[in-house]
Amino acid sequence: MKVELENLTKQWGNVIGVDHITLDVRDGEFVALLGPSGCGKTTTLLMIAGIYKPTAGFIRFDGQVVNRVEPKDRNIGMVFQSYALYPHMTVFQNISYPLKLKKTPKEEMHRRVQQVADMMDIGHLMDRKPAQLSGGQQQRVALGRALVKEPQLLLFDEPLSNLDARLRLSMRGEIKRLQMDLGVTSVYVTHDQVEAMTMADRIAVIKGGQLQAYDNPEALYDRPRTLFIGSFVGNPPMNFLEVAVTRENGEYHARCAGLDVALPPDRGEKAAGKGTLILGIRPEDVTLAEQGVAGEIYVVEPLGRDDLLDVRVGEVSVRLLADPALGLRMGNHVHLNFNTRKAQFFDPQTEKSLLWTD
Amino acid sequence: MTATTFETERKSGVWHTLGRAIPYILLTISILPIVVGYAWVIIATFSVRTEGLLPVDRAGHIGGFTLQNWTFLSDPEIWKVTLNTFGIAIGMVIGVGFVSSLAGYALSRMNFAGRKGFLGLTLILHAFRPEMLLIAIFHVLLFIGGIPLIGKFIGFNTVGGVALVMISLELPLGIWLMKGFFDNVTWDMERSALIDGASRFRVWWEIILPQVKPGLAALAIFEFVSGWNAFLIPFTFTLGSKVSNLPVYLNRFSGDTSLVAWNQVAAIGLFSLIPVLIFFIFTQESLLSIYGGGSKGGV
Repeated sequence: MKVELENLTKQWGNVIGVDHITLDVRDGEFVALLGPSGCGKTTTLLMIAGIYKPTAGFIRFDGQVVNRVEPKDRNIGMVFQSYALYPHMTVFQNISYPLKLKKTPKEEMHRRVQQVADMMDIGHLMDRKPAQLSGGQQQRVALGRALVKEPQLLLFDEPLSNLDARLRLSMRGEIKRLQMDLGVTSVYVTHDQVEAMTMADRIAVIKGGQLQAYDNPEALYDRPRTLFIGSFVGNPPMNFLEVAVTRENGEYHARCAGLDVALPPDRGEKAAGKGTLILGIRPEDVTLAEQGVAGEIYVVEPLGRDDLLDVRVGEVSVRLLADPALGLRMGNHVHLNFNTRKAQFFDPQTEKSLLWTD
Repeated sequence: MTATTFETERKSGVWHTLGRAIPYILLTISILPIVVGYAWVIIATFSVRTEGLLPVDRAGHIGGFTLQNWTFLSDPEIWKVTLNTFGIAIGMVIGVGFVSSLAGYALSRMNFAGRKGFLGLTLILHAFRPEMLLIAIFHVLLFIGGIPLIGKFIGFNTVGGVALVMISLELPLGIWLMKGFFDNVTWDMERSALIDGASRFRVWWEIILPQVKPGLAALAIFEFVSGWNAFLIPFTFTLGSKVSNLPVYLNRFSGDTSLVAWNQVAAIGLFSLIPVLIFFIFTQESLLSIYGGGSKGGV
């Protein structure tokens, strides 16, 4: 099913929860709504579900406006962060509840519940109550309950946030796999950019109720249109330095105290002569070198495969990843090489990218 | 090292035991007056007279065991009165439980004009003493009594009328209590049920109400006991034994003009306690489960 949001707005009195969001979800697509907590992503999801009624704007399912359609008539399945299982019902009763409400014949109901339970690998838990299940099992039951009525649209509200790190990783893969196999259109709300990057076909970045960007993960990562996207997408987060870009003898340079790097002409050209601006560079695009920008190691954070270094350059600090085998310590003096072919430039006032504009 | 630890523990053993015993000793002393009171009631019901806690016969010798205080049981009136009492108590359980669970849900979950005002008003209503309202209620009951058919069941001088007044006086408390219980149920569960295809009424009945069952049970027990012990309202709005209840019936035995037969009063009092105890035994499990697992899992 195709989903379209057009100028979707939700207000409570003077408080704006969602501010004119326009986006479309293609049939069978997996879209993530990504943003910090309180940004309006869950409100958007609940409007798609029909729990909240929009203040303004339209929601269309396959071209039909559904603003006033009740949740039960929207043919959707939803998975909640808290799982929202019914504690007084067994697993079987939980999964079969949507079918029971549809007055599905007994035999068909049993067959479909069994099928979903086998798919979710919870067939042996049918007579248990939710309180007797682990978090991961509860999540599978919740997923099974959402899938059993064969919805045309699946909604996820931070479904993995309550799971421990390892389980989160495996469930992430499972949900993605399931969604692809079933080909069901999905909208997935998360504040975890890794989840969004790994699972979604396209990511809608939301901040303060407004849609900041809507693009595929690679584009968001390589071509962030705003400072917020640059800082929110990617882990460890992007470095931001206040620099001035100048052109000297046909070469472009970005400079600030203690730092002077050459820029490739295509990027330098768009940033030159604009006064102070913000240079963004990802930690993996900064490497240790024999010579280059001099700095002093301020903090070393071992991440296992890499060490995350915090290097002081002049008055600013730059994060980068280094091989732990180098055995770098606090206070060591190092030289950095900036891969400026991947550098981003943002206007400090509007926080918009100088490289990627609409 | 371990040996020394063992030594010190053994030395302090006596003090340790004493330290643990002190709270029990203090508690025992503080509840002694009540325990003695109950003991007297039980002893008194089976004796002619009592001196202190000792049952004595008319001559003052120890003994004097008798069942004559319990002869009121052979009077058909007591059973009629018991039935009335039961009617009021059950009426309150059902009436307050039903209205409170619906109103509490609406106040907890739905947004409607005047919601806040209604909440404040109910709280103020609860502050009114029933005594202040007696005359007004009397007029209301008389009016209802004048309505054909309905008046026979819930008018003045009927068990239904007494139950109705008691229910309305208890509703503010019940509604607030139930609203509190509903407030503790997650919204997600409700949203999930709505998306699963349930109507609002089914959500209330099949999903949310089971989560507040312990709370509802506590309210039911509370209402049963307060209905069972109701005195002021039945005393004011009923005439004669046909519609009186146990506390009013009991009151007649301790009237101002005649000598009080304390032993008989004790027997009737004890008799009226039995159903409450039975009710409590059957419901205490759900009372205690309020903190045991009301909404465990899925939260």
